[in-house]
Parts: sequence; C-alpha cells; structure tokens
Amino acid sequence: MDSLGVVIAFYVLSAITIVSAASIFLLRNLVHAIVLLVVVFLGMAGLFLTLSADFIAVAQILIYAGAISVLFVFAVMLTPLASRDNGNSLYAGPGLLLGGAIAAIVVVTAFDVEWNQLTGVALEQRSFTDTIEVIGNQLLGPHVLAFEVASVLLLFALLGAIVLVTDPNNEDGAAAEEEAGKDTAVGGSE
Amino acid sequence: MTDRHSELPATPMARQIIARRSLLDAAKAAPVSLKVAGSIVLLGLLLVNALIGFIVVDGQLDGEWYDFRDLGYAMERLRIELDEVNLGPWLSYWVTGLIGGLGILSFIGGFLLIGSWIERRLLARFQVRMGPNRVGPFGLLQPIADALKLMQKEVLIPMGADRLLFFLPPVLVFVPAMLAWGPIPWAPGMSYLDINVGLLFVVSITSLSVLAIWMAGWSSNNHYALLGAMRTVAMMVSYEIPISLSLIVVVLITGSLNLGEIVAWQTDHNVWLAVLLPFSLFTFFFSSTAEINRTPNDIAEAESEIVAGFHTEYSGMKAGLFLAVELGNALFVGALVATFFLGGYGLFGLEQWIPPYVILAAKASFGYFVFIWLRSTLPRFRIDQLMTFAWKYLIPLSIANVLVVAVETSIAARWEVEAIFIYGSFAVVNVILTVIAVRTWARVAGYSSSFERPEPPRVAPMIGGLKAARRIKAGA
Amino acid sequence: MTVDLAHYLAVSGIIFGIGVAIALSKRNVVAVLMGIELMLNASNLAFLAFSRFSGAFQDGTEPLAGHTFVVFVLTVAAAEAAVALAMAVLIYRRRETVDLDRISVLRW
Repeated sequence: MDSLGVVIAFYVLSAITIVSAASIFLLRNLVHAIVLLVVVFLGMAGLFLTLSADFIAVAQILIYAGAISVLFVFAVMLTPLASRDNGNSLYAGPGLLLGGAIAAIVVVTAFDVEWNQLTGVALEQRSFTDTIEVIGNQLLGPHVLAFEVASVLLLFALLGAIVLVTDPNNEDGAAAEEEAGKDTAVGGSE
Repeated sequence: MTDRHSELPATPMARQIIARRSLLDAAKAAPVSLKVAGSIVLLGLLLVNALIGFIVVDGQLDGEWYDFRDLGYAMERLRIELDEVNLGPWLSYWVTGLIGGLGILSFIGGFLLIGSWIERRLLARFQVRMGPNRVGPFGLLQPIADALKLMQKEVLIPMGADRLLFFLPPVLVFVPAMLAWGPIPWAPGMSYLDINVGLLFVVSITSLSVLAIWMAGWSSNNHYALLGAMRTVAMMVSYEIPISLSLIVVVLITGSLNLGEIVAWQTDHNVWLAVLLPFSLFTFFFSSTAEINRTPNDIAEAESEIVAGFHTEYSGMKAGLFLAVELGNALFVGALVATFFLGGYGLFGLEQWIPPYVILAAKASFGYFVFIWLRSTLPRFRIDQLMTFAWKYLIPLSIANVLVVAVETSIAARWEVEAIFIYGSFAVVNVILTVIAVRTWARVAGYSSSFERPEPPRVAPMIGGLKAARRIKAGA
Repeated sequence: MTVDLAHYLAVSGIIFGIGVAIALSKRNVVAVLMGIELMLNASNLAFLAFSRFSGAFQDGTEPLAGHTFVVFVLTVAAAEAAVALAMAVLIYRRRETVDLDRISVLRW
C-alpha cells in the first residue's frame, strides 16, 4: 500500500500498539496494565482499518475494548484482597527469552520470505465495497456449521461461567455471576 | 395585586420580583438603537444568504440545488471539487474532516449553552416552580454562569488518588461522545462519516465510555465513587445487549448498517420504523437512558443516594466535562432515535422545502424533551431492579422480537405483494404482538399490575369520607 | 515507502512474542490472561493481513476467508476470557490469592 497516509498510519499505530504491549510487561501496577491493554486493543483496531477490515475493526472495539476489558475490570474488582501487583515470577527470564525468540523468528521470516502477494496497482484495484455483506454470506453459507457450533459454544461458556461463580451457600456470587454472564452475552450478541 | 404590593417588604429582591416583566414587555421596552442595530444585522444575514443562494450557487449543480438551504449536496459537491483540485492526495479528507470536527464541536457547544437552561427551566415547570431566572433575562445566561463558576473552581485531587487514572476520564468520556456524532446523516449525502458500518460504529464508540467511568470511580480512592462506578459499569454493559438486539431488527428490515441508507429506506417507503417496530423503539429508548445514566436509570449519580457516584471527587472543569457529556449524550440519543425510528431528516416529502437538518434537529430536541419529561416524572430504579429488568425482561423479549422480525422479513422478501400491504400488515401484527408479549411476560416475570386497579380506601369511609376533616373543623 | 505483508506480519509476530512473554512470566492470573488476549489479537492481525494481500480478496470460492476466521476467533476469545476470569474469581475465593506462585501446588 503506497499512499503516504496509510504508511504513516501504519507506523504510528504499530508504535502505539507495540509500546503499550511492552509496557504491560514492564509496569508493576495491574490497573495501569489493564488500561494499556485497552490501548493495545484500540491500536489493533486501527491496524485492522488500514487492512480494509472495517467490520472486524468495529467488532474488535465493541467486543475487546467494550466487553472483555470490562471483564478484566470486574475480575480485579471481585478479588479485593488479592495483590494488584503485576510482578514477574521466577520464570520471567525463560519467558522473556522464549517470547523474544518467537518474535525474532517471525520478524526474520516475514522479511525473508518471498510472499506471493499482490502489490502496487493490482492491490489498489482491489477496492472493496462491503466486507460485512461478504462475511455474512460466508457465515450463513459455506461456514454455517461453524457458525452454529460457535453459538452453542457461547451458550455453554455463558452457562459455565455463571455456574462456576454461583455459590449456592451465599449471595456474594450474584455480582460475579452477572459479570460472567454479561460478557459472553455481549460477545455473543455481536 | 395592590394588596400584595403593600404586604411585601421593600427589599431589592422584592422590588425585582414586582418589576419582573414578561418577554414581550421586555422586547417592547428595549432602546431604539438596539432595535435598529438588530434589524440591520438580521437583514444583512438574510441578504448574505440570498447572495450565496442565488448568485454563487444558482446553476452550479445542474439544477440539483434549490438554494443554500440544501446543505446535503453541498458537502458532496465540496468533496468532488476538492478531489478535482488535486493539491494533495488526501486534501478532500482533511478539509471535510476539519469541517466535520469543527461543525460537531460548534453544534454541541452551542447546544450545551442552551440545553442546560432548557433542562432546568423545563424541570422546574414540571415541578410547578420557576427555574433559574436571575442571571440574565429569563435566566438565559445561567449556563454561562455555571461554566464560569466551574472554570474558576480549584481542582482538588484526593490524596490517595491514582494521578494518571484521575486525569484521563474526563477526556476519555468526552471523545466518544463527540466521535459518535459522525455517522448521523443530517441531509441526503451530508454526514461527516459516511461509513458502511455506521450503526456498529455508534454502538461500539458509546461502549468505550464505560471504561472511562470505571477509571473515574477507581482512581478517586473513595468508597462511594467506587460503588457508583461498579454499579454504572454493570448497568451500562447489561443494557448494551438490548440496544444491540433492537438495532439488529432495524438492520434486518432496512438491509444496511449505513445510517444514511436506513434513513433513505424510511424516506423511500414513506414509513417510520417506529410504526413497524414499536417494541424496538421502546427498548432502545429505555436502554439508552441506562447507557447515558439518566433518570429513571441514574442510580450511579443519584444525588440523594450515593453523593455523586463516580464523579464525586471531581471538581472544577473536570466535573464540568462530565456534566457536559451527560447533556450532549442526551441529545445524541435523541438524534439516534430520530435517525433509526423516527425517519431521520425526512418528513414525508417536506424535506424539499424545510432544510433536512432542521427537521433532524427538531426530532432530536423532541427526544431530549422526552428525556427531561421522564426525569421529572419517574422515580429512580434500584440497581437490582434495573439489572433484573434488563436480563429477565428486555433480553428475552428482544430475542423474540428478532425472531418475529426475521420471519416477517423473509416473508416480505419472498411474497410478491405491494409494499404497502406487506408493511401495513407487518405493522399491525407487530403492535399486537408487542402488547401481548409485554403484558404476558410481565405477568410471567412477576411484575404485578396493581397500579392499574388501586385498592379502594378503607379508613376514609370509616370516619365519614374525605370531607370529614372539614366538617369536624367547622363543627368544633 | 510502502507497507507490505511483511510489515504486518512483523508487527503481528512482535505482539505475539510480547504476549508469550507476559503469559509465561507474570505472577498474577489476570496478567497471564492479558498475555493470552494479546496472542489472540496478534493472530487476528496475521489472518487479516494475509486476507488483504492475497490474490482472492473478494472473489473466488472463499472470499474473505480471513475475515470469517477472525469472526470466529473473536467469538472464542470472548468465551474463553469469560470462563477463565470466572475461574480466576473462583480460585480467589478458595485460596484468597491470585498469585500463581502460591497456587502452583495442588492441595493434598
């Protein structure tokens, strides 16, 4: 994609996303880390937009930044006596090494392989009209079985989350079960 | 009247109350120079409008414009012209984006100046009292006085507060409120963000303010603020589901997520979606009051319950931003209801003569008026009542609504009948089904209808009726 | 100065690597789940990049296959985050902590 606007947008959004993701690793405060996670989600939504995925970008904002972040918030709220510490465990060294190795391998491979991709004029000619219509046709056409299975999965996740946190002995589970049910329902309705 | 005058003490306030005039008297008594200057300015504006309309614009668009009132084609024409000028690769986007941003800000700013006044005066009238009437003629400068007061207040940051998370929420709650105005179509071809996923964009951007509210409550280091924030977050996330479900039926009927196309469908078929989808209108309106934290769903910031909820610790312009956003959001939901269910900028063909954006502004203001009406009339719901209502009542009925509308849409797609018959029967069936479903599910879910048949009084007949007190007093 | 498939894949790989590092080295259950969400997001980006730069974007037998798959990944990620955080709350209830160093041993 040649135009200057897309290039600048890509670099700015990638920088924001990568710096925020790295800061999640480096910060000690869990709540700050959750806020930075939301920034990462919004940055990814921007990157999806540069890839002409308008529906997926808006769905990402709605589901991730709008519902899953709230789920994280509730998990922090419902564990009041737990430490809000985002420190590293003993496996920090190997973990960092493995993460760095994976990132290095993927970056090197990405730039080294001759991808069979469209570039230049052929790419510009692929001006899309409506991704959502095509996605809808795909979901209700060739991939309808996976669509139905996904809805059953969401139902089970909703029920499972509610059953998990419902404690029949006391009523403290009410808030947690609401929170658990909420997010799967929001994710499912989108 | 003269008796009252002699009874009142001669204080300055009493003299002002006596000397208060009506708007007409005040207008008649204005100095002559003011009247002359005002009329010159008004005539000048009309002349400029006529110049632009008839000299600059006339004949420019092959007869597509009538005059400058038709701003819809103006924006489209501006984009085409800028693309032709070709100063840079994205000049048209920059210019229209700038115009869009400044336009939204100025529109919202102007509304905030007058909206606060409207709300307080209307609430007062509903409660049989006068609203603010001291600060300017008829209290019109009250919002400016409020803004100045907030600006000069000291911004207190509580001691244990998380500094970064304390500064962010006023900004983070303002940006989605402004950004979500983008896709709303003000005229055919006149919307700032004419995107094909406009509806989903609006829903997702409004769901971003949930996090800002939680941050405000969490960072305040205050139990009441945190409680208010948790309640608000739970409520807002719960009520997003009925909103999405009731908008899905709008998409089912109109076949597009583009807000301009939804309004165009309503204009083409000469019907408002409120007639076809009464339950969706009710669900969307009620759930939106929960989304924007207004009565009857304002448990989060109820002054009598939890001090001020999540914005307890905010003072100065930070609190001012929260209040401004609440006001702006109320008008925004009014504009959304107008776009989806009340026909948007169209008025059965009248939009050729009346500017369409004026029609949409009138409908949005009507929605805002209904919000104020609800606020002055209905008591507040408790948080558990709210959550039960959303999860056990609105969501099952919304899902049933989607099912019914999907069946009807597939019938409409397959039957080769005139549109008027299909949509007419559709509307009738929907209204009947809505009434039946609402009443039946209310019974099933345990909502009693004891308000409809109040119990007859028992004590009053025993002592001799309601006039007994007067009789006793007169006799004794 | 163009932006190619390689650039998007590099960004996706970096975020995936950061997600792996977070998931493996954090002590708090919620932080580990944040790492998992980062990994899922990175894979979404890779899917969409391949879908955009491939030859069959909106024609052919499987138009926008990447987008369709991403819809499913979003769905599954939402479901999995809900269940995982419900389990985190449950663990907190039993053990009064969400520190993974303390709950790494099964009870007798």
